[in-house]
Amino acid sequence: MDIKRSWLKLLGNLVSIRHPLVMRMRKIAFVSAALCALVQPAFAKTISVAPGDGAQERLQEALISAEPGDVVELGAGRFSLTDGLSLDVNGVTVKGQGVKESVLDFSGQQGAGEGLLVTSDDVILRDFGVENSKGDGIKSKGADRIVYHKLRVEWTAGPKATNGAYGIYPVESKDVLIDSVIVRGASDAGIYVGQSRNIVVRDSIAMENVAGIEIENSYDADVHDNIATHNTGGVLVFDLPNLPQMGGHNVRIFDNIIVDNMTPNFAPKGNIVANVPTGTGVMVMANRNVEIFDNVLGENGTTNIMVVGYRFPQQDPKYDPLPRDVIIWDNQHGRAGWDPQFRGGKEIAAAMGGSFPAIFWDGAGGPARAPNIGDAVPALSLGLTDITADPATAQPSPLAPSTARPAALPAITLPESMEAAVR
Amino acid sequence: MRLILPFLACFAAAVASSAMPTEAPDILTANPQNPTNLSSFGFFEGDAGKPSSALIPYNLRTPLFSDYAEKQRFIYLPAGGKMFASADGKLQFPIGSALIKSFGYPDESGKLRVLETRVLLHRAGGWVALPYVWRPDGNDADLRIGGTRVPVEFDHGGTKASISYSVPNKNQCKQCHSSGDEIMPIGPVWQNMEFPRSGDRDRFLRAMPLLAKLSPEAKWDDAKSGTLNERAHSYLRVNCGHCHAPKGSASNSGLFLDGSAKDPAAYGIGKRPVAAGRASGDFDFIVEQGRPDRSILLHRMKSTDSGIAMPELGRAMVHDEGVKLLDDWIAAMPKQGAY
Repeated sequence: MDIKRSWLKLLGNLVSIRHPLVMRMRKIAFVSAALCALVQPAFAKTISVAPGDGAQERLQEALISAEPGDVVELGAGRFSLTDGLSLDVNGVTVKGQGVKESVLDFSGQQGAGEGLLVTSDDVILRDFGVENSKGDGIKSKGADRIVYHKLRVEWTAGPKATNGAYGIYPVESKDVLIDSVIVRGASDAGIYVGQSRNIVVRDSIAMENVAGIEIENSYDADVHDNIATHNTGGVLVFDLPNLPQMGGHNVRIFDNIIVDNMTPNFAPKGNIVANVPTGTGVMVMANRNVEIFDNVLGENGTTNIMVVGYRFPQQDPKYDPLPRDVIIWDNQHGRAGWDPQFRGGKEIAAAMGGSFPAIFWDGAGGPARAPNIGDAVPALSLGLTDITADPATAQPSPLAPSTARPAALPAITLPESMEAAVR
Repeated sequence: MRLILPFLACFAAAVASSAMPTEAPDILTANPQNPTNLSSFGFFEGDAGKPSSALIPYNLRTPLFSDYAEKQRFIYLPAGGKMFASADGKLQFPIGSALIKSFGYPDESGKLRVLETRVLLHRAGGWVALPYVWRPDGNDADLRIGGTRVPVEFDHGGTKASISYSVPNKNQCKQCHSSGDEIMPIGPVWQNMEFPRSGDRDRFLRAMPLLAKLSPEAKWDDAKSGTLNERAHSYLRVNCGHCHAPKGSASNSGLFLDGSAKDPAAYGIGKRPVAAGRASGDFDFIVEQGRPDRSILLHRMKSTDSGIAMPELGRAMVHDEGVKLLDDWIAAMPKQGAY
């Protein structure tokens, strides 16, 4: 579907929500679609690459021969690519003429695990689109201070299990900025930040992915002013075992619109997100110090916010499967819980008068681990204190709201060079 | 390995100075530019079938699978250069060295037609990886840093195979050859090396006598050379371990097949996928003991879809014999509950 029409449809769906954020987000969405004036660094050499014959080799050679400070500029049009592209030079900007104007088309891709791979530091990616890569869309690994700005990563046929896993995929990086991007159709997470630290994801749209935005095994992240809609789950904060970086913590989810995440889960089984119930707003798994505040949540059929432990068998002595120190405060809740899509959910909903609550916690670790809730909606504990307990043994009970909000986490600050790149 | 470690810690000698002819031009250190033609190095006397006598040919007991391509491997050592070996048998080459690897397929007459030659140069600033593609007339090869694809047809077990052969670009060379931010050779590990030309092996041993204490690694396709487990580990180390290493391109997976794994999960046993996406094939574990049919590792080896296939680069065909080996390996594991 034409992406602008998708946006209009999406924004139309949002009109019924009365909140100043919606107005702000509408503005952001349209600004993102527009071109902006681009400022060239004073001494940068610009290498221009046009679409057409030999685009694969010409563009790849430009990405290899670029020197720090250079700009690789994509012309307007469709680049038909046969392999993955990669950038391994520090300080290079790759920019196109707009998210619809310059398109890296990977529908004919024959090799490589992603569309574009970045493995160098201080890289800026902006103003282009990536379509139909066979694996992930754009991956950056060990790429510190990377900026993703005004990008579109899309599987154009919409939700399909055969789509690539991640749309935008920074991993093992320090200082990550994802600003004004739109990602659609990822069979895992649209925007996925893994094993990284000091992260900002903002002003972006994630739609029709399994997970809209996912922060996994990462430290210090702000996720704000995004729209996550028509995913299976809107925003996920996970920590998983048996990985080099574990102990995910300090994640703030605020000022987002997380609505109508009712796309049936289309992730291939075996992946952790294949277990995300359709109709999930925010899901926190096994992280600590997570703050969820000032969001608009609604039209999520399972629940708006769930906080759970990692309940798969695992034997990693360095891993803590329990969520802890989660704060849920000042969110606006619309309808939720009319169709809970996890085992036992319907029975609990029936016992509660037909609807599952907007907030629930699985009870992992016992009352000392309970999330701190200030939202004015019913919340539930499943009472599954033991992380190995059978979910069938749940003992649902109401979760009492808190009266005082604990001290807040500090805001994430990125290096000035990164903020300058998006001004 | 722990026992011999004290004896091995870096022994050195001049393997090159007396033994190597010195006519080969020392272009490697003299010229900081990457030569645009392979002939500039003087590694070959005309076509790819005539390597200079200055090159030391070697084979690997367990090689990396590359779409059934035939490979020819050579070492170039500069005059006076000193070789070292680390305790784990990895050869350390002096500045000015080169590792040269040609890839090709037999033509209809059975003669090897070399498509490309990859050169790893050891410059003062580190290793550099350069892909050269041979011209149709076979007289020289041109540097193609952006990589390319070459349509290839060849006889594969009596049937004609037809593939789009991928020459890696310079970055893709580094993807496999990276250790942290550096480019490193992968192949030259003494326990996996063989020298077809008489005298070469002895020359290395004279220079580094303690290498003789390292016993040859199990050969993946020779049941007499080691147990099934040992042969599977050889195969995984060579075919997967360059990326699936703590400092390799797949470090974030937590799946380490380079021999560094300390627990079964790091070897994939009972380990759930992290970023596999549709490559999981709807299975739960990288390796499910006793169940090759449910192990993601084999599912990815058996696929040629670039969103699923492992290794990610340079594999348009399935390595049937390698799949068979790892199928046997997983099938032989006692079935256990996942952990």
